[in-house]
Amino acid sequence: MQVKVFVTPRVGILDPQGRAVEHALKSLGFTGASDVKVGKYIVLEVDAPSSAQARAEVKRMCEQLLANPIIEDFRFEVEGE
Amino acid sequence: MKWGVVRFPGSLDDGDALHALGAVMGQDAFLLWHKEETLGGADCVVLPGGFSYGDYLRTGAIARFSPIMKSVAKFAADGGLVIGTCNGFQILCEAHLLPGALTRNRTLSFICERVTVRVENARTPFTRAARAGELLRLPIKHGEGLYVAPDDELRQMEERGQVLLRYVDARGEESDAANLNGSTHAIAGVANARFNVFGLMPHPEHAVEAMLGGTDGLRIFQSIVESVG
Repeated sequence: MQVKVFVTPRVGILDPQGRAVEHALKSLGFTGASDVKVGKYIVLEVDAPSSAQARAEVKRMCEQLLANPIIEDFRFEVEGE
Repeated sequence: MKWGVVRFPGSLDDGDALHALGAVMGQDAFLLWHKEETLGGADCVVLPGGFSYGDYLRTGAIARFSPIMKSVAKFAADGGLVIGTCNGFQILCEAHLLPGALTRNRTLSFICERVTVRVENARTPFTRAARAGELLRLPIKHGEGLYVAPDDELRQMEERGQVLLRYVDARGEESDAANLNGSTHAIAGVANARFNVFGLMPHPEHAVEAMLGGTDGLRIFQSIVESVG
């Protein structure tokens, strides 16, 4: 089943990319834009008998490789849930 | 003493590290391919700078799973000396052999400059040839050198003296302008709590010959030679 993983800079960690994009948006006139964060979007197929098992496995993938908990938060969506 | 310099796919500074240690300092220095599982009897392992695995996902995130890193982790757990410069520092953080993480420079740009760092703790295997407070001129060249660690971890690191190098201005004073990449507490180099693993963003291996701009990098390598004895 397909899994979509979203990795974003951790709350409270300086995100210079997000800040630069926010600044650019404001200079384009999008004055309502704030709290911009730039992160990663990872899509993968997971072969698991149930979505619960896929979920458990993807959580381990995120903790071990896909995200660095010191600087990043992650969340993910499992297809069909 | 014997130095093992690890080469990952995408390492860049392994050659300069070998030159600094071998040709300049007369040490027995050899390459270790990242797929090797032994360290060739090295007394100190060097993780060089570069862009291992193209910096994919995060800097150092893939290299930490190279076969040799298991041996490096065991070597460090047994008290062996490990030094990582630039990408090597990033790999050591990703491998949890050092606290914290390195992320995008606050300027979002790649910085290539000669900077001044202050030796904050000279009672370690990596700094004992220097004086506490001594200023070293070393080059930096990185896009992701902004050091971050959780607040409680930072406090403990400062208390234990794990911050070995800090970015300062030419007079040795901390200033926002001197902290080019925006590192927390202006941290340029940290050791683990046991002081046998050291990571730094500046490149001591690029500062070992006067005709190439300075020899302050020798302080770091000489410290290691002295401590191995």
